[in-house]
Amino acid sequence: MNLHGVLAIYRFEMARMKRTLLQSVVAPVLTTSLYFIVFGAAIGSRIQQVDGVSYGAFIVPGLIMLNLLTQSISNASFGIYFPKFVGTIYEMLSAPVSMLEVVLGYVGAAATKSLILGLIILATASFFVDLQIAHPLVMLAFLVLTTLSFSMMGFAIGIWADNFEKLSLVPMLLVTPLIFLGGSFYSIDMLPPVWQTISLFNPVLYLVSGFRWSFYEIADVNVGVSLISICGFLLLCYSIIWFIFKTGYKLRS
Amino acid sequence: MSSAENPILIVESLNKVYQGGFEALKDINLSIRRGEIFALLGPNGAGKTTLISIICGIVKPSSGKVRVDGYDIIDDFRKTRSLIGLVPQELTTDSFETVWNTVAFSRGLFGKAPAPDHIERVLKSLSLWDKKDSMVMTLSGGMKRRLLIAKALSHEPNVLFLDEPTAGVDVSLRKDMWKIVQELKAAGVTIILTTHYIEEAEEIADRVGVINQGELVLVEEKQQLMQKLGKRQLTLLLTEPLNRIPEVLGGYDLELIEDNRQLRYTFDSAAQRTGITALLEDLKTAGVSFSDLQTSQSSLEDIFVDLISQPVRS
Ligand SMILES: Nc1ncnc2c1ncn2[C@@H]1O[C@H](COP(=O)(O)OP(=O)(O)OP(=O)(O)O)[C@@H](O)[C@H]1O
Ligand SMILES: [Mg+2]
Repeated sequence: MNLHGVLAIYRFEMARMKRTLLQSVVAPVLTTSLYFIVFGAAIGSRIQQVDGVSYGAFIVPGLIMLNLLTQSISNASFGIYFPKFVGTIYEMLSAPVSMLEVVLGYVGAAATKSLILGLIILATASFFVDLQIAHPLVMLAFLVLTTLSFSMMGFAIGIWADNFEKLSLVPMLLVTPLIFLGGSFYSIDMLPPVWQTISLFNPVLYLVSGFRWSFYEIADVNVGVSLISICGFLLLCYSIIWFIFKTGYKLRS
Repeated sequence: MSSAENPILIVESLNKVYQGGFEALKDINLSIRRGEIFALLGPNGAGKTTLISIICGIVKPSSGKVRVDGYDIIDDFRKTRSLIGLVPQELTTDSFETVWNTVAFSRGLFGKAPAPDHIERVLKSLSLWDKKDSMVMTLSGGMKRRLLIAKALSHEPNVLFLDEPTAGVDVSLRKDMWKIVQELKAAGVTIILTTHYIEEAEEIADRVGVINQGELVLVEEKQQLMQKLGKRQLTLLLTEPLNRIPEVLGGYDLELIEDNRQLRYTFDSAAQRTGITALLEDLKTAGVSFSDLQTSQSSLEDIFVDLISQPVRS
């Protein structure tokens, strides 16, 4: 195991993130605050309560997930895409690091950053609404598993993409709709029955639901099912990356 | 064991077919001695970078074997890659990192514990010390080239690949570069460099290899090549074709060419006596007459051009 190598990649990525601190922290905090003002204050004053929780508090877990997912994917995908794009990837390919180590470095850094971001948003939210976290450990588990698996997904996208368009295509066309239709801002009880059934095919629903349960003990689906599905997703992403490296796909000609 | 019996790098029957079917390397066999400077010459697209990239692990070989210090580059990639430093042909660097950080990153990536002393020495030897806190994007092209060398040396490799190190480099930096290469050689590092310039190979290499259209067409000691270089030739156009060289001329290095209509005399231009005067005397005695004469010098350039203009078997 080349620990120095993993650490070098991890530190390098964290340094890159530090340089882009403004856009990576200030922007999400600002948009989150806007969400609270628009959804929480304006709409929330009409919806008032969902399952006994104020609407403003109800959307906090969904908002955090929204940021975690998009940030994990964009951090990790950009992290590996950029060296490919400018050519500095040659060094990684000629270094004594296994692909698992490369993944550890990149995904570890991307996940760390989204995790920090998630906590910052949580802190921001506490200024707007009364927060209670019923199961902090479960919450943390959801945070870690989500950032890890979506960073892996981002990493896979970064390797697959050979232009900037593709890099933003998946997050835009797939992830954003899944998040918005995944019960981030509503309980699926509020939907007509047909849409409730359709929603059950959306993996993000399980994430948001389980995560929300760790706050308020309310859920659209059982929290155990949520945990199992996020673990399943993690495994799936890991297998995709494993397959990519196994075949040397798009990295070594 | 002597270095000749125990090469640092062995390439055996190496082939590379790129996706799309282009044959970039054809049955390459090459062995590099410990501590030598080997120059790989060849025109654009000959396969130099491909060969280096395979040895370093950037490109996958289609078939064949490569061993570095006895280790296979695929089965023991950790071992072989940590022995190798690579300075790529393209100036590809990070932009927003500092010089110090990029070099430290390279060392870590290659599995070595941090060693600020070593990095300081490397940066100083490459005249980059006063730039250590500068962002890479603020460096000039020549400085970036040196930075790439610093990165390659950061993990103290035993074998250093320099892919066209002097492309776009001015004369004084080129001199500096050769000084560094000589120092590395003195420290026991084996150096393999590619170049388009014959003078460069002449100046610095111990051995020269020529690659053309994916085939290694020549590997020779530079000294031997230089000897060929030092040879001059005098060609006499005979008035009458000769069947054979007259016996009285047996003492000269002569050969009949062009259907026996020309006589070629090879001599050492560096020697005190070229023997031309005596030869002309003896020719007269032997009754051989000629209508014209010309002298020529074969340069490494000629040998090179000659080699690469030969049709390559396909
Ligand atoms: N990834 C690739 N896919 C397909 N063909 C490639 C690839 N890389 C290189 N080639 C082809 O392989 C041949 C050898 O290329 P290579 O870069 O090894 O040449 P070179 O000797 O380094 O040339 P130069 O002196 O211009 O650097 C060229 O014809 C090139 O077009
Ligand atoms: Mg090249």
